[in-house]
Amino acid sequence: MANLEIRSVSKEFKTGKVLDRISLAADNGEIVAVFGPSGSGKTVLLRLIAGVEQPDEGTILLGGRDVTDQAPERRGVGMAFQNFALFPHMSAFDNVASALTAHKTPPESVRAKVEKIAALLKIEHVLGHAPRELSNGQKQRTALARALVAEPKILLLDDPLRNVDAKLRYEMRLELPSLLKASGSTVLYVTQDYKEAMALGDRIAVLSDRDFAQIARPAEIYGRPATINVASLFGDPTINLIPVEPLASSTGPKIGIGGAALSLPPGYGHVTGKLGVLGLRAENIVVEDTASQESVPVEVVAVTPLNERTLLLLRTDDGREILASEAGMNEAPRRHGPAFARFDPEAILLFDPASGRRIAPQSA
Amino acid sequence: MEHMSLPERVVRGVLIALIVLFFLFPIFWIFLMSFQTNEDILRIPPSLFFTPSLSNYSALITGKLVSTAGTLDIAFMKNLWNSVLLSTASVVIALILGVPAAYAFARFKFRLGEDIAFTLLSFRFAPPLLVLLPLSLYFQQLGLTDTYIGLIWVYQLIALPLILWIVRGYFEDLSPDIEYAYRVAGHSWWRTFTRIAIPLAGPGIAAAGLLAFIFCWNNFVFALILASAEKQPVTVGALAFVTASGIQYGQIAAAIVLSVAPTLALALYAQRYLVEGLSLGAVKG
Repeated sequence: MANLEIRSVSKEFKTGKVLDRISLAADNGEIVAVFGPSGSGKTVLLRLIAGVEQPDEGTILLGGRDVTDQAPERRGVGMAFQNFALFPHMSAFDNVASALTAHKTPPESVRAKVEKIAALLKIEHVLGHAPRELSNGQKQRTALARALVAEPKILLLDDPLRNVDAKLRYEMRLELPSLLKASGSTVLYVTQDYKEAMALGDRIAVLSDRDFAQIARPAEIYGRPATINVASLFGDPTINLIPVEPLASSTGPKIGIGGAALSLPPGYGHVTGKLGVLGLRAENIVVEDTASQESVPVEVVAVTPLNERTLLLLRTDDGREILASEAGMNEAPRRHGPAFARFDPEAILLFDPASGRRIAPQSA
Repeated sequence: MEHMSLPERVVRGVLIALIVLFFLFPIFWIFLMSFQTNEDILRIPPSLFFTPSLSNYSALITGKLVSTAGTLDIAFMKNLWNSVLLSTASVVIALILGVPAAYAFARFKFRLGEDIAFTLLSFRFAPPLLVLLPLSLYFQQLGLTDTYIGLIWVYQLIALPLILWIVRGYFEDLSPDIEYAYRVAGHSWWRTFTRIAIPLAGPGIAAAGLLAFIFCWNNFVFALILASAEKQPVTVGALAFVTASGIQYGQIAAAIVLSVAPTLALALYAQRYLVEGLSLGAVKG
C-alpha cells in the first residue's frame, strides 16, 4: 500500500496556478526525487504535504490516512527546509531535539537519539553551538538531523544540497542514499539538479507546467522520456533535437539529415509523412574519419576537451548543429574539419512536434 | 574606525563631547539644583558652588513642604507610586493584548485587517484634548473617573498602538519557515508562538515595551482631567510645587530627579535586550 498518496491536488496563488490536479503515490521506503526547473512548484508540493500550505482541491493521504485538513503537527512528517529554518535562539542540540520534545520523549532517550543521528551526520562536535556559529554545511546537516531524528514515516527534503558548496554536495550525494534507505522512510526529495535526482531517486517525478510530465525510474526517464521537455531537462549536454520528416522507402522509414538518408528502427512505420522531432543524445553519436553505411558527413566546428569526455560541435551540410560526446580524452585530439557522424539507431527518440510527446515505436 | 588619523580622532572626540555636553547639561543642572535651596537657585549670577542640602528630598519623602507661608502637604511619593503603578499596569496589559494582535496582523491576512491595524494607529493621531471632553463625560457615567482602572484603560490609547506597530514589524521580519519547521516537528501553534515567535521578536517587544512605558510615564493631560490628586502621577503632581508663596524650584528639581530615575534605570537595564541580530544565521537563501 502506498505510504504517501496525493490525489488530484491543485494549488493556486495570486500569481497564478502552480499545481493543477497532480497525483503521486510512493511506497514504504521509496525515494522519489521530485525534479523540475525552478518555479515549477516543487517546494509548494512539499509544503502541501507538510501541511504548511492548504491545497485548493484534492486529497493528501499519509499512511492511508486522509490528512488534507490536518495541522502540520498532526501529520508526523519530517521536513528539511531549503533555507534550513533553524531556530536561531537554540543550540544545534535543541534544534535537533525539537522534533522529539513534542512527543514527550524522556530526556535521556532524547539525548541518545540526538547523539546517534549527530554521529551519523558528523555534527556531534558542534551540537552545543548556536546556528550562527555553524558553517553552511553544518547548518544543512543540522536541519537534516532534525528531520531524521524522530524517524518519521514520511520525509520531505526540499533541495537540501542547494546551499552547500560543491565539494560537500558531492560527498552528501554519495552518503545520502544509504542514509535515507537506512531510515526506512518514504522520501520525497526535491531538487533542480538532474544528476542529484538520478543519483538519489528510486523514481523521478518530473514536475513541469503545473503537472507531472513523467514519473518513472531514472533509466526510463533518461532513455525513454515522455516529452521533449523531459528529454531536454535530463542530460548534459542537452539532447540534440532535430526537426525531421520521415519518409517511406522500400527498406522501411527513413529520415534525411544533411543529405544522408538514415533508416529508422522497425516500428516507426506509422510516422512516415508526418513532421517529427528527432532526439539524439550526444553520447550516442560516433564521429569517425571515414565514411560508413548511413553515416552523415559533418564538419567538426569546435572541440571542448573535458576530463572524462570530449564535446564536439558538428555542423551538417545543411547547416544543422549537433553536439556529440566522445568518452575520454583522446591521445590525439580530434581536429576541426570534415568527419562522419554515425547515429545509434536504437537510441533514436522521436517526438510529435505539436504535443511534445514521444512517439513510441509500434511493436510488430 | 580604527583607521582614523590622530587629528581625526581628536576632532571626533571634541564633537562628541560637545554633543554630550549640550544634551546632558540641563539634566546635570537640574541634578545640582535638587541639592540647593530656593535662595541658592535664584542667585544672580548663578554659581556652581553652594552648600549641598538634602532638604528638598526630605520634604518630598516626608510629604511636608515647609515654606515661608507655612507647612503644606504634598503627595509626591504617592504620585510617584501612582506613576509606577499606572505605567507598569498599562504596559503589561498592552503587551498581553498587543503582542498576540501584532502576531495576527503580521502572519494572517484577514478581511479588514489593514484597516483595523491602521485605525489602532490613528488613535495616536488624535489630539488627546479632543478626546478628553466626551471621554470624561462617559467616565463619569460609567463610574470610572478617578479610578486606576479608568486611567489604565485610557493609557491603552498610548501604549497599545505603539506596541502593536513596532512588534508587528519584528514578527514580519521573522521567516515563517522557522515557525513552520517547529510545527512540522510536532509542536502546536501556541507552543510555536511562545517558544519561537516571542523569543525571536524579544528585542522588539522589549523596545516597544520600554517606549510605551516612557510614553505612559510622561503622560500629563489624561491624568490631569480624569483623576484627582489621590490617583495622579508625578507629571501632574509636580503642579503642587507652584504654591502661594512662589515656585519651589529646588523641590521641582528633586522631583524631576526622582521621577526620571525609574525610567532611566529601566532603559539602562533593558538596553541589553535591545540588541538586534539574534536572528542572524537562522535562514539562508
